[in-house]
Amino acid sequence: MSVKPRIKLDKKEVKKGDLVEVKALVSHTMETGQRKDAAGNTIPRKILNKFTCTVNGKEVFAADFEPAVAANPYIQFKFKATESGPVVLTWTDDDGSKIVGEESIKVS
Amino acid sequence: MTGLNRRQVMMIGAGALAAVTIGASIGPAEAANDSQDLINKFTGGKTATEGKVKLDLPEIAENGNTVPMTVTVDSPMTEQSYVSEVLVVADGNPRGGVATFRFSPASGIAEANTRIRLAATQNITAVAKMNDGSFFTTTKQVKVTIGGCGG
Repeated sequence: MSVKPRIKLDKKEVKKGDLVEVKALVSHTMETGQRKDAAGNTIPRKILNKFTCTVNGKEVFAADFEPAVAANPYIQFKFKATESGPVVLTWTDDDGSKIVGEESIKVS
Repeated sequence: MTGLNRRQVMMIGAGALAAVTIGASIGPAEAANDSQDLINKFTGGKTATEGKVKLDLPEIAENGNTVPMTVTVDSPMTEQSYVSEVLVVADGNPRGGVATFRFSPASGIAEANTRIRLAATQNITAVAKMNDGSFFTTTKQVKVTIGGCGG
């Protein structure tokens, strides 16, 4: 499944110590495991259960999602810019597959 | 109805009444919802103090399938004092857990926004864990017009 997450940083060139806001949206049904199909069989749970954001390899924010997170999960958070480098966002699916998106920031 | 005498009928009635009373005493949280267990597990039995945590949720959500939620914790976010984790639970969903956010001093600010599902009108509780082992909490009720967990 090649889903491309949509990631937006509010600024890409920042001064050291500034806060950078990250908004990210990824297409995913986030099947809760509570619903039933037309035949009355439970549709198995399939959600993105983990999200991490690293800047230059260091984790700045992470989240664990439960089925109560809406479909096409949206996440918005901030981090403090300390060094230039890649901003990597990773979502982990229940089946172990990963959705990865990357941006970069320049810190002056 | 043969074999069911008056006394038995009365007992069934009393049992039904008792069930209703028990249900009412539990309140909006359904017996199957594990939100309180999740909080207890998260805090390790410690009591969380009201305050510092802010939950931004609409008072009335027209569509429970996607309810915007922002959680903010008032903290300096330095190496000495920062928020390490925030647990969010909902007491009226089939399952209590909503999300857990993990912060560090590198986060700069303890703030996160996402969209959640709410099955019915219910209370949302956020519990923040500080690096010194203290806990802060807040609860907010959201009225839901259309639930978000049905088929």
